[in-house]
Amino acid sequence: MTAVVFGVLAPVAAVSGLLVFRFRSMARVTIALLVSFLASGGLLISLGLGYLGTVVILMMIIEMIIMMVFMIAYMMNPAGLIQMTMHHNQRGARAISVATFVLLSAGIFATPWPRRAGAAPPDPTFQLGKALMGPQMLTMITLGFTLFAAMVAAVVLATARGRYDRFGDDLKRRPPSDSAGGGVGR
Amino acid sequence: MLQLFLLLAAGLLAAGLYGALSQQSIVMIMMGLELMLNGVTVAAGAFWHFLAPASAAGQVIVVVVVVAMAAEMAVGFAVVTAIHRARDVDMADAAADLRE
Repeated sequence: MTAVVFGVLAPVAAVSGLLVFRFRSMARVTIALLVSFLASGGLLISLGLGYLGTVVILMMIIEMIIMMVFMIAYMMNPAGLIQMTMHHNQRGARAISVATFVLLSAGIFATPWPRRAGAAPPDPTFQLGKALMGPQMLTMITLGFTLFAAMVAAVVLATARGRYDRFGDDLKRRPPSDSAGGGVGR
Repeated sequence: MLQLFLLLAAGLLAAGLYGALSQQSIVMIMMGLELMLNGVTVAAGAFWHFLAPASAAGQVIVVVVVVAMAAEMAVGFAVVTAIHRARDVDMADAAADLRE
């Protein structure tokens, strides 16, 4: 069963992952990435990780919708209708990524992988929860603090007039008029 | 079968690496990073299933990667918002102050 699901979903995940950097329209780019994530989530489910696969699928649907809104809001060429290039050092990037893939592939086939140790538990979700609330508690605490720090950092960075973006003591003072962006006070 | 899953993970990681290195838009760079983390998720799931299903370590790695994805997206979008507000740009090349 896993082999059949892999045969269907693996090409979908790989091709849609590659298409992310081929499409010009931001909507298509986001949908291609979402398809790649959905296929990966399906693969996780086929491996017996039903809970984590479902989490990845649900999280990525929401994340990609948010990403689509951000891309259309911020990008200069969201529809890909203007003939402009948004790349740099493509040849170097291609060489590095191909070299990385070749190196990893060589390692994958050269490594003598050990035999499967033990059997899968009847409920992998229970196994995960028990680990996170037991021996992996430090990991859980670290993840919690990481998420909290990310939330605080995101709010501080995104707030229009936050602690690091005020102009003197007077909170009502407007930013100085600067003809060149990125100058005084910014 | 493990090798095939790891090969897919390596392909996703390499594709994401290409995007992260070659794209100018900060949002597209974030997409490249997400794709790389996607590869790690597949590899961790395959390790759990084919090597050590009796241990929860593989599943915990997937949880760590999912949290890393969420944090990366939240902070990444906040950085894009801050740079866009300050300079009206969303390109990494226009935010290279530290290099200068």
